[in-house]
Amino acid sequence: MGTHHQLYRPGDSVVHRLPPQCKLVAVFAFAIVVVATPRERMWAFGLYAVLLGVVAALARVPLPYILRRLVIEVPFVLFAFLIPVIGLGERTTVLGVSLSVPGLWAAWNILAKATLGVVASILLAATTEPRTLLLGAQRLRVPTLLVQIAMFMLRYMDVIVDEMRRMRVARESRGFEARNVRHIPVVARSAGALFIRSYERGERVHLAMLSRGYTGQLPVLQEMSASARQWLVAAALPAAAAAVLGIAL
Amino acid sequence: MHVPDGFFTAAVSVSTGVVAAAGVAVCLRGARRELDDRTAPMAGLVAAFIFAVQMLNFPVAAGTSGHLLGGALAAILVGPYTGVLCMAVVLLVQALFFADGGLTALGVNITLMGLVTVLVGWAVFRAVTRVARGKGAITVASFLAALLSVPASALAFTVLFWLGGTAPIDVASVAAAMGGVHVLIGIGEGLITAVTVGTVLAVRPDLVYGYRGLAPALVLRGAEGSVTVGDAPAPARSGGAGPFLLGGLGVTLILASVVSYFASSHPDGLEYVAEQQGFIDRATDHLLASWGLAEYGEVKGVPLWIVGIVGVGITLLIASGLAYAARRRATADT
Repeated sequence: MGTHHQLYRPGDSVVHRLPPQCKLVAVFAFAIVVVATPRERMWAFGLYAVLLGVVAALARVPLPYILRRLVIEVPFVLFAFLIPVIGLGERTTVLGVSLSVPGLWAAWNILAKATLGVVASILLAATTEPRTLLLGAQRLRVPTLLVQIAMFMLRYMDVIVDEMRRMRVARESRGFEARNVRHIPVVARSAGALFIRSYERGERVHLAMLSRGYTGQLPVLQEMSASARQWLVAAALPAAAAAVLGIAL
Repeated sequence: MHVPDGFFTAAVSVSTGVVAAAGVAVCLRGARRELDDRTAPMAGLVAAFIFAVQMLNFPVAAGTSGHLLGGALAAILVGPYTGVLCMAVVLLVQALFFADGGLTALGVNITLMGLVTVLVGWAVFRAVTRVARGKGAITVASFLAALLSVPASALAFTVLFWLGGTAPIDVASVAAAMGGVHVLIGIGEGLITAVTVGTVLAVRPDLVYGYRGLAPALVLRGAEGSVTVGDAPAPARSGGAGPFLLGGLGVTLILASVVSYFASSHPDGLEYVAEQQGFIDRATDHLLASWGLAEYGEVKGVPLWIVGIVGVGITLLIASGLAYAARRRATADT
């Protein structure tokens, strides 16, 4: 729980004002550059972090906000810490624990790249309104139907999650707590009820849309074209990262 | 467990991205057949449901808890095409708006948690409901479908990791550990999926896609004793998704291995440094030495192997036992 809060922070900075499709491409290109960097070039990852720090400062996203969101990484961080212990290859002893050297490199590789990727995604989500981010994806030739499904999901996600939360409150106020496997049927029956409510809501939404003239296409009210200048501004991040990569190689 | 950036090599990321895109494209067309112009609102609401249900924690064993993947559940409730779409949209939204799962790993995530779970879940479900009919069989089939879909996804993860993972781990032990743990999670997923499907079946049987065509025909009995039997409902399309998805997985493997081969004709970064530092000889010596040591197997290898064998054994036992029970119930029904 708690991970379903949206990351968007309204604001009016250079980063906020960029068209969403530019930001999407920039973050994606940045992630590719990071993934392509050899893991032995530790300083390059430091520079990438500095680049992200500059973007965060420009977008006025405070550091604690980003750090709190990094919690999402925890399961894979645990896995990364396991790799040196079970990894193959040459072993070294750190504080009395025998660790695999290639395993340590692999753990560092995953930690560094995953963290940079997550921070870049957090910055994207924090500075772009969810709906326009999807419209930006549509401009990048993501299929319209997929974008529409994602928009409906985004719109009704909070409604459905709230419905589930109310059912949980109702269960817990009657003294129920899922402690062992025998309690699964109770939880599952709530899930079944939730499915029926979601599906029936979908049918109602569809009828409401039909009665308002839905033809299978949603009208796009905002024209979201990006100027060459905006593309250039957005390209600054991946370009700087690519320059670092060029030196690192 | 969403795979973040940097976990797989670029070759694997790209090839799974291609497969995921192709799979989603096929499902976009298939879902239009399943839902007509209702696709956008219905799939959107079901995706929101999957998103919510993934936040349901359920107790697994001894204080640990897992959460639902939902692929098999989606396939049974709304059909395989719509199921893949819903899973893909959930993963897309999680990556874009919650920074959960790397952008470059989106293809891996959609392939593993969308395509594999839905394909395996639906295939198992169809296989069981073909031999056994009735609501009991649906429950058993849902349990098996969800139970097997989770370890299948974990094993697909291991295969990808073997092709293009960035960590030096013995694949057999990873497969054993992943398989063993995910069989446990799969049992939880199976239980919750079976009861959820059963609940929906009790209230709105018309909403369960996998139950279409399995319901008995409508029988009208008039006051004066006339009996009219209605048409049996049309069966659920089993669809052409199975061969396509299997083909897709094959293509992933081929693509990933071919691209990895070319990528690795350059010395890998660590080897490069190792050569420069002059310790590559020592490293290989040590590697062989540790392979030869029986002690290594005793300390690390054997327990993991045991876990794996026990896990696979449990799965096979439960699966065959339930399939047998379902078949007997089916013959008792008729």
